[in-house]
Amino acid sequence: MNKESNDQTCCQDLDDRRSFYARLSMILSGVIGALIVLPGIGFVLAPIFKKTEQKWRTLGKVDAFKEGATVLVNFEDPSPEKWAGVTAKTAAWLRRVDDAKFIAFSINCRHLGCPVRWEEGPELFMCPCHGGVYYKDGTVAGGPPPEPLDRYQVRVRDGNVEIHTAAVPLTTTLTFDKS
Amino acid sequence: MKQQLQATWDWIDNRIGFTECMMPYIAHTVPRDARWWYVFGSATLTAFIVQVATGICLAMAYVPGGDEAYESLKYITDEAQFGSLVRGMHAYGASAMVTLVVIHLVQVYLHATYKYPRELNWMTGVVLFFVVLGMAFTGQLLRWDANGVWSVFVATEMASRTPYIGPMISHFLLGGETVGGSTLTRFFAYHVFIMPGMIFAGVGLHLFLLFRHGVSEMPNVDQPVDPATYKEEYEARLKKTGVPFWPNAMWRDVVFSTLVVGVIVACAAILGPPALDASPDPANIHADPMPDWYFWWYFAVLSLLPPSYELWFILGVPVLGFLVLFFLPLFSNKGHRAPSKRPWAVGIVIAAFASFVVLTVYGYREPWSPDFGVEELPTSVIGAEQGPVFEGGKLVHSKGCMYCHDINGYGGHRGPDLSNIGEQLTRDDLIIRINNGGYNMPSFASSLNSQELTKIVDFLMTRVEDRTESSTSDNAKDHADDRG
Ligand code: FES
Repeated sequence: MNKESNDQTCCQDLDDRRSFYARLSMILSGVIGALIVLPGIGFVLAPIFKKTEQKWRTLGKVDAFKEGATVLVNFEDPSPEKWAGVTAKTAAWLRRVDDAKFIAFSINCRHLGCPVRWEEGPELFMCPCHGGVYYKDGTVAGGPPPEPLDRYQVRVRDGNVEIHTAAVPLTTTLTFDKS
Repeated sequence: MKQQLQATWDWIDNRIGFTECMMPYIAHTVPRDARWWYVFGSATLTAFIVQVATGICLAMAYVPGGDEAYESLKYITDEAQFGSLVRGMHAYGASAMVTLVVIHLVQVYLHATYKYPRELNWMTGVVLFFVVLGMAFTGQLLRWDANGVWSVFVATEMASRTPYIGPMISHFLLGGETVGGSTLTRFFAYHVFIMPGMIFAGVGLHLFLLFRHGVSEMPNVDQPVDPATYKEEYEARLKKTGVPFWPNAMWRDVVFSTLVVGVIVACAAILGPPALDASPDPANIHADPMPDWYFWWYFAVLSLLPPSYELWFILGVPVLGFLVLFFLPLFSNKGHRAPSKRPWAVGIVIAAFASFVVLTVYGYREPWSPDFGVEELPTSVIGAEQGPVFEGGKLVHSKGCMYCHDINGYGGHRGPDLSNIGEQLTRDDLIIRINNGGYNMPSFASSLNSQELTKIVDFLMTRVEDRTESSTSDNAKDHADDRG
């Protein structure tokens, strides 16, 4: 008899305890999961929020560029990783307009980012991917691109042409940032 | 010896329970009528196994870094023993996997196997299908030649069209604001860890569901699916006519998979892996970015769309396409399975296949793209050796007209053929058109002076159809075909 009642307490008790154990295990599993995953998520998402400080890069002496000519130049990204190799480089189309004025166009087509080429004869930028064409001043002349070619800031300092690095130009439709 | 082996196996079997736990699955009863229809799923799995095996080998030599990736691929292709074969198998294995997964999907769709109780079989399959496409895309990019690098830009730009969070996704993909040291390592991790992990998990679930609900029968017009009675009827029919999966049904899977692996290895050995494009220098302007063949149709879509529909397609094809396929069985999980009772399903498949073929051919030919490599017109075509017509004939080349316009088989195909433009437009019309442009043609007012314009128009006015000599146009056609 004594034994029976013992059994009874044991099992009622067990039910309560079991639900407590279950809840404890689930909560702790959640904690383990969070502890493992959260630092990783932070690590992986960090580049989204990192604002790169853009820099001025020297392209060469002013006299190295012929007036009226549009040439391909390349320069280094603002914060290249040591192992980046050639991928640390970016290219731009640089045109010397007159004595002291330069324009630099991004090589990324505003449609889907393919590399546009400057074609000397017709004085057009042409895209090899889906047939986007831009006029000399970067405005759209034909094909799918929705916006003119992006420009970099350029300046002349101590006889050197300098270009201001920039993020890859993204063609966005709806954004938070209305500027 | 044989006895010892038997004893050892019995010992192991007793401990792991192969005969007890696994055999019932492997030898479960399946309908006998499916025959060759059902070999595509298992063949996709076989192709995946090829990818895992060759992928692991490639990872032993591949370096996911800026310059090194390209160099290591050159080493694998040109120097390493069996390197070219293994890389080739990985490349053709990818094509095989994409092809087979699509055939499998189409077969299951045509036979409406996604209906009760196999809705989740289909849904896991759809997820796997999209992951396989993701593998195909990232794999092409890991080649990290000029084509691979520019593919990253295209992916980034497409992602940036997503409303509101587009730029965030783009910067997530790039691992920063530009393509750099952190870009390739990310894509490597997707291709080698994340997506294969998803495939392993997905295939596990997919197969578990297959065993749980059993292999479906061939669709029968007299047996529409009624969730209330389906399972009983299915069991009853299976009891009467079913055969064990192993080996009565499975031998066909094995035969077909042998063929698949044979073709993959043969292609790799005979054709070799796809050639590497130029080095990954982002300053390499002469890249002509182009996806692997399975995405040419989409490449064509992106070129042919009017810009106002573009957003819908860039986001709609992957996102809506996924949602529609994924939720399909929740909208129609009962009723007829037979294709003869579902004519619209057959229609959708035929229409999709036809558009795929047409767009793929179009994507390969890229008629919308200016043809940067056009040759100058020979004097025989110009029809003059000097004077304004001759100079005009030279100018249409140097001023880029021929990038887009065809003249007797020379030139691009973006704009109208000018071979007999002299009959179609008057002098004044030509001048207006060249100066002002229109219909995707740029205005040339600022890049041509008046003498140049006059010469070009003089030349164009001489472009009239030559009815006396049909042989020239034949030659010209041959010439145009060379372009591909
Ligand atoms: S990327 Fe230039 S036209 Fe599409």
